[in-house]
Amino acid sequence: MKAIVNVGLKKGVLDDQGKAINHALGTLGFKDLISDVRVGKQIIIELNSNDKEKAKEEVEKMCEKLLANTVIEDYSVEIVG
Amino acid sequence: MKVAVLQFPGTNCEFDAHYAFKKLGCDVEVVWHKNSKLPANTDLVIVPGGFSYGDYLRSGAIARFAAIMEDVKRFAKNGGKVLGICNGFQILLEAGLLPGAMKRNDTLHFISKHHHLKVIDNQNEFLRLLNVGDVVNIPVAHHDGNYFIDEEGLKELERNNQILLKYCTKDGELTNMNGSISNIAGICNKERNVFGLMPHPERAIEEILGSTDGINMLKGFLK
Repeated sequence: MKAIVNVGLKKGVLDDQGKAINHALGTLGFKDLISDVRVGKQIIIELNSNDKEKAKEEVEKMCEKLLANTVIEDYSVEIVG
Repeated sequence: MKVAVLQFPGTNCEFDAHYAFKKLGCDVEVVWHKNSKLPANTDLVIVPGGFSYGDYLRSGAIARFAAIMEDVKRFAKNGGKVLGICNGFQILLEAGLLPGAMKRNDTLHFISKHHHLKVIDNQNEFLRLLNVGDVVNIPVAHHDGNYFIDEEGLKELERNNQILLKYCTKDGELTNMNGSISNIAGICNKERNVFGLMPHPERAIEEILGSTDGINMLKGFLK
């Protein structure tokens, strides 16, 4: 079982990297297809547990403590496998 | 005066800070992050610049959990003076000792150059030897110096005069060089004993370095 954690800047916090990528994609001919680009990071954690609910709770604690800076970032946790 | 300069894996400005405070006549000690206690009689803690833990995850995110940080928090809570420079500022933000957070520079470039700063508040030990409105020339060297705080937080900083330094031109006109909200380069906590700034005053202490404007900033802490 593993946890897939996605962390990215909150809505309303300007994502300068996303903006640069949006611009680059635009110059590559994708301009009409795109209205916004946001950049995040994905953290994959291999878990030693079989309890999905409990695991999700624990991984959310990890997000609050270390994986995300909740001043500027949001996170989501998905348990798979 | 006893100055403790913290050292994490990846810190690279600890000896610049050591040199600068030694030059000012202080007793300076570099303190390894695994130590659980600051040296006895520490008057000032410097969290220096560099790339602690390779800036992995986020700048300062991992360093804040180092053993020494518990004692730094206790020290700060008891009114001890703490100055975070560059990566040190990022660590203090991550540790919650200062409000806000750092984002990647909006230019997406690593910015390394001398830059002018305007003194916004001097009612604190860090900038007491300078006047409000003074313009100082101090080097900056960072990739993640785009200071962010939400609207309410910004109002609070303004209300409590916690904004200490802003980026400006040599004529003192405010300018935005990295995306920082309200051009902020340096702040302090509400209690005015924890300070953080992105520029490096410890690198502006001799003519040969291009500026001596950092001296009167660091000197402010001296008893």
